[in-house]
Amino acid sequence: MRKIFLLLGFGSIVLLIAVGVLKNNDIEKPLLLQLKEKYRKKPIRKKVDHTKFEALNKDFKEPREVTEECEKCHNLTADELMKSNHYNWERAEYMRGRGVVYIGKKNAINNYCIASHGNEKSCAKCHVGLGLDKNGNIFTDPTNIDCMVCHDNTDTYMKAQEKGGEPVKTLDFKKISQNVGRPTRNNCGVCHFFGGGGNNVKHGDLEMAQFEPTRDVDVHMGVDGVNLQCVDCHKTEQHNIHGKLYSISSMNKERISCEQCHTNQPHKKDILNEHTLKVSCQACHIPIYAKVNSTKLYWDWSTAGKLKNGEPYVEEDENGNHKYMSIKGSFVWGKNLKPDYIWFNGTASHYLAGDKIENSSIPLVLNTLYGSYNDEDSKIIPVKIHTAKQPYDPVNKILIIPKLYDPNKGAGAFWKDFDWIKASEIGMKESNQPFSGKVDFIETKMYWPVNHMVSPKENSVKCIECHTRNDSRIANLRDFYIPGRDYSKIIDRGGLVLIILVILAVMGHGGGRIAAFYLRTRNIRSK
Amino acid sequence: MNKKYVLIYKGFERFWHWMQALLIFFLAFTGFEVHGVYSFFGFEEAVEYHNIAAYLFLALTVFAIFWHLTTGEYKQYIPTFKNIKAYLDFYLFGIFRNAPHPTQKTLISKLNPLQRLTYFSLKIVLIPALVVSGLLYMFYRYPTRYGIESININSLEAVALIHTMFAIAIVAFVIGHIYLTTTGTTLTSNIRAMLTGYEELEDESNEESNPNKEREEKHE
Repeated sequence: MRKIFLLLGFGSIVLLIAVGVLKNNDIEKPLLLQLKEKYRKKPIRKKVDHTKFEALNKDFKEPREVTEECEKCHNLTADELMKSNHYNWERAEYMRGRGVVYIGKKNAINNYCIASHGNEKSCAKCHVGLGLDKNGNIFTDPTNIDCMVCHDNTDTYMKAQEKGGEPVKTLDFKKISQNVGRPTRNNCGVCHFFGGGGNNVKHGDLEMAQFEPTRDVDVHMGVDGVNLQCVDCHKTEQHNIHGKLYSISSMNKERISCEQCHTNQPHKKDILNEHTLKVSCQACHIPIYAKVNSTKLYWDWSTAGKLKNGEPYVEEDENGNHKYMSIKGSFVWGKNLKPDYIWFNGTASHYLAGDKIENSSIPLVLNTLYGSYNDEDSKIIPVKIHTAKQPYDPVNKILIIPKLYDPNKGAGAFWKDFDWIKASEIGMKESNQPFSGKVDFIETKMYWPVNHMVSPKENSVKCIECHTRNDSRIANLRDFYIPGRDYSKIIDRGGLVLIILVILAVMGHGGGRIAAFYLRTRNIRSK
Repeated sequence: MNKKYVLIYKGFERFWHWMQALLIFFLAFTGFEVHGVYSFFGFEEAVEYHNIAAYLFLALTVFAIFWHLTTGEYKQYIPTFKNIKAYLDFYLFGIFRNAPHPTQKTLISKLNPLQRLTYFSLKIVLIPALVVSGLLYMFYRYPTRYGIESININSLEAVALIHTMFAIAIVAFVIGHIYLTTTGTTLTSNIRAMLTGYEELEDESNEESNPNKEREEKHE
């Protein structure tokens, strides 16, 4: 009887523990449902109907006239805007080893089209101003603000090519001004999806498929899902839009995080929630990027300038992407890519125009993202690494900002005259930097955090994709131990030797006993 | 000589032994999958099963400790160096000459000095090391998570390596242990005793229960 009680007691405790362990905590479902309900309520009701305003009921000839009307009612907004990154193309950033610097599109160097300096007329197509002065400076006149590029809800507003930010003149400004509102994916995407000179060139996770994506491409923006707009996550205070891009940002502030909606404990399984200490959400939930169209992975400026019959030409690869362009050089594209992974704590430093290149035999990293396992602010994040060969001055040991664009031939712009020396000379002069007269090419790298194109949870990265000895996704992150991937050679080999020795001992001892047994029985028989 | 069947391993003892055996096999099998040696259940599942089995093992161990303390059976495992030379001699030489075991197995002394030493180190070193490193493996992030900096464990490496080391040691033990079951009075007498609870032992003068009663219990 006592035995039965003991067994019953033991059995029931085992059962209780098993139930406790196996039970799923229902944290995720209600929160996800709440979020889905909240964001599915669409469209957002407008508070103001701009068609009713007499001031907007006129045939505007110039976009500046629209801005003037906007600012008559929104009479404090211009101040906000003129302090914003989108208007100034720079912001104060603290950078390790440098202190506070003003950095932005204005002065940063990337390894796509290199720099905006000297090319502002063309680059300012993605500026929230209506024009630049003849030196490429941004006007301080508040009527130069381009309200419509972000707030047009008719999807008809369009900037003109190479006009320093002016819109196409034939637009129906009356209709646009009467239909302004919260920015949609179209407003943001028209610039941010085409960075680097074409669709998906720069980011890899931001491209025109996200104007109307499916859930599979982007679970947040999916038109068959919650259909989020950019500004649903990129919260905005006084026209200062949160979210950092580390090609130009350096500080761990005003970042967007998944946690702001999902909390840092969103999973049913606690073992997954523990990962959030060291692993970003993106690392597992963006298994692949560039899902619909290709993104640029490699840009070789050194081959640019080849001509056919004196004319520049373009070659395409089998997917219809530019493989070679006389004006830009050779490219390698990629689609459905597994990201690379790095430790990142939200701080970065940048190569700025004029920085000396210490060692030209190793790739120059244009944006160093800081982080390590032992840094408690760091998490593993997915990145796209873009490699390039771009012009530099081997004597002064600095990157060259070439003059790329000019409307006219003979002005020395590379895209018209295809002369590196001349383009470098003018470009460096316009950006007030020395030029030795020599042009060489150096390999450079840029790290682009991948934050969009989150997949539905069924498609998340599986445990085994990192926790494996073969081809782990994080095979290059070696400053810590993870189960399944790492082991001690000494312990594993020593252990194997121990087990083999034990087996040999067992076989030897057992064999000895069998042999002794037969010898004994034979002796007995022979006696 | 007068021999009779004696209940040498009680019900709980056998249940504990075989549950423990089962769990150790399962833990080793899933554990070495987590370690990346092979793939069977899949990494995610292996981790999950390993953790569940670990909790069951802990529960079993708590009961076993309670049982050993309350019944006084823990005394069986207190090491002694008496007769140790005789037993070394037996396992290294005598066993091949069909020599008898140096001492008789009795109810109050079921284990020979070598067994005592082995099982004592198993219980004092091997299993505690595995349990402690295993618990740290599961919970080492908790101090960080709840901001208790003073007991922060920064790296899994030491914990994982110790856990692996002792896991390999226990595999080595199991191999030796299984082989040594064949060194009883007959090849299968030990394993049969662990399955049925009964083993044929020398009749002891101070034996209080009679064999018939024991048989009855067996049929219960």
